[in-house]
Amino acid sequence: MTVASFILLYGISYGLVLCLIAVGLVVTMGLMRVVNLAHGAFAAIGGYLSTGLMAEAGVPLPLAIVAAVAAVALFSLAIERLIFAHLYGASELDQVLLTIGLNFLAIGGLTLAFGPNVYPTRLPSWLAGNVDFGFRAFEVYRLVVIAVGFLVMTALFVVFELTTIGAQLRASVDNRSMAQAAGINVPRLFSLTFVVGSGLAALGGAIGAPMLPLEPTYPFKYLVLVLIIVALSGFGRVKDALGVSILIGIVETAGRYFLPAVSGFLVYALLIVLIIWRRDGLFARSSAS
Amino acid sequence: MIAVERSPLLSRHRFLWPETLFWLAAVAVYLLFPQYLAIATSVMIMALFAVSYDLAIGFGGILTLGHAVFFGIGAYSAAWIALLGWTEPLTGALASGMIAAAFAGALGPFLLRLTGLPLIMVTLGVSVIVHEAANKAGWLTGGDDGLTGFSMSPLLGWFRWSVFGDTKYFYALAWLLVIFYLVRRVVASPFGVALQGIRENALRMRLVGTSTLRHLVVAYSISAGVAGVAGAVSAQTNTFVGLGVLSLDTTIDGLVIVVLGGIGTLYGSLVGAPVYMLVKHFAQQWNPFYWMFVIGTLLIVVVRFGRGGLLGMADVALKRLLRR
Repeated sequence: MTVASFILLYGISYGLVLCLIAVGLVVTMGLMRVVNLAHGAFAAIGGYLSTGLMAEAGVPLPLAIVAAVAAVALFSLAIERLIFAHLYGASELDQVLLTIGLNFLAIGGLTLAFGPNVYPTRLPSWLAGNVDFGFRAFEVYRLVVIAVGFLVMTALFVVFELTTIGAQLRASVDNRSMAQAAGINVPRLFSLTFVVGSGLAALGGAIGAPMLPLEPTYPFKYLVLVLIIVALSGFGRVKDALGVSILIGIVETAGRYFLPAVSGFLVYALLIVLIIWRRDGLFARSSAS
Repeated sequence: MIAVERSPLLSRHRFLWPETLFWLAAVAVYLLFPQYLAIATSVMIMALFAVSYDLAIGFGGILTLGHAVFFGIGAYSAAWIALLGWTEPLTGALASGMIAAAFAGALGPFLLRLTGLPLIMVTLGVSVIVHEAANKAGWLTGGDDGLTGFSMSPLLGWFRWSVFGDTKYFYALAWLLVIFYLVRRVVASPFGVALQGIRENALRMRLVGTSTLRHLVVAYSISAGVAGVAGAVSAQTNTFVGLGVLSLDTTIDGLVIVVLGGIGTLYGSLVGAPVYMLVKHFAQQWNPFYWMFVIGTLLIVVVRFGRGGLLGMADVALKRLLRR
């Protein structure tokens, strides 16, 4: 019971952070088919900014996170207009190279600004404690992460499924030229999703900083995990991204708990088998290949 | 999809005189800069690795981010062959290359069904797994400390591995020359042409009756074998293997060399390797993390402005000059 609740708590909170980071990529890759390996950099910058604001300027955590998310969203708008706008229709190799290049620039910039070592994160006192539920005490921080994660994902889900913009997005993911012919401004939609996705990644990086340590190589370190979520979700499926992320979070936490020696590559191996087996996404209804 | 410009250097089977330039330059380096032989040797090794990468990515269109796996397998194999008592370098490197090729042959049928993003991701994932496994399997790889304590017997029973590094340099250069010739033959063969057809349009090649998967697996294995030899030569000349050979950095080094020089040309690797390795060497001496800015900017500039890499740009410049 205690073990199960421990794994669920840690797995779900970890999975939700991964989901926040990855979900923007799930949608933008579905929309424009752009291979963006630099997405993790936005999460890293978000984490560094919020932690830095807290540690250096004494800004309270919620405010620091909001500021970091806004800054990253603005920054990503500039990047999208300056660099990604030229990538639509470029070959996959060009996209890979250019976004790897962006990663290196981000790593260099973060090293310059925050030093080459792990940047320490300290939770404010109201998050650091435990709350007792009778059968077991839970960390407040993990519970807050879960609450924020579910709240944001629910909001995203509502926008994606129930609003006009969401309908336009889904139509554009399914058939871009048809959507364009019907009068949907797909490039503008893409800019919007890119900015929102980067902002969400920054949010994930900021609230996940105690789980995913901030170091300059962050953009490469969590790249594989984020890409695996994208592949297993299938392009443009927000709902599946949530399921896949939580599954990965729980599997990895359980792996670390039961098989600490081999969990690192066991989880990756399992996920890769899944990708090869379910090429169109884990929860895709039918495999049409 | 990988856009590759048609290479004038490889469009015919016959030998062209500019092809000797690189090899003459390599000998000139030995005569003019004997103090830089160590870095020149690493340039040759990276050029060999880049040639193997170009075969996969530029000719087969296999967009992999896991090529360091084969470089690393070759390096560790060569170290173990020497540690187990077989210190003859040529057969050792050859055997290491074959081990890497066999690994690719086993992996290929699963990986190469995928294309595009899933392929990129799965190869990247395999690379991470192998690196992680090597890190954990200390009895096999020495973990963080790496493998040391082996030495090679004299080359051909005659040339000793002197401290000046000239044997190492010519050993690496000779491997590069021989393998480059063989790969050039492969690329110009009917098999190589079919491979380029698959790169351009896999569906159409399947419709005319080519078994695309088998072609890709064979090309992948050859490429992995060459990468394995490159890793083996690296292990033998450094008499050390560390986890770095399996890291993503190694893959990115090879990829950038290929793209910088000119993808799908083979010669691009020979041009890209010295340029890239020298820039890297001096940038890292200057300040290790400025290197991140240098490589980041380099990648973006090459993608945005350098169509066809250095060779492509030289080609355009030459044509303009001749037209005038």
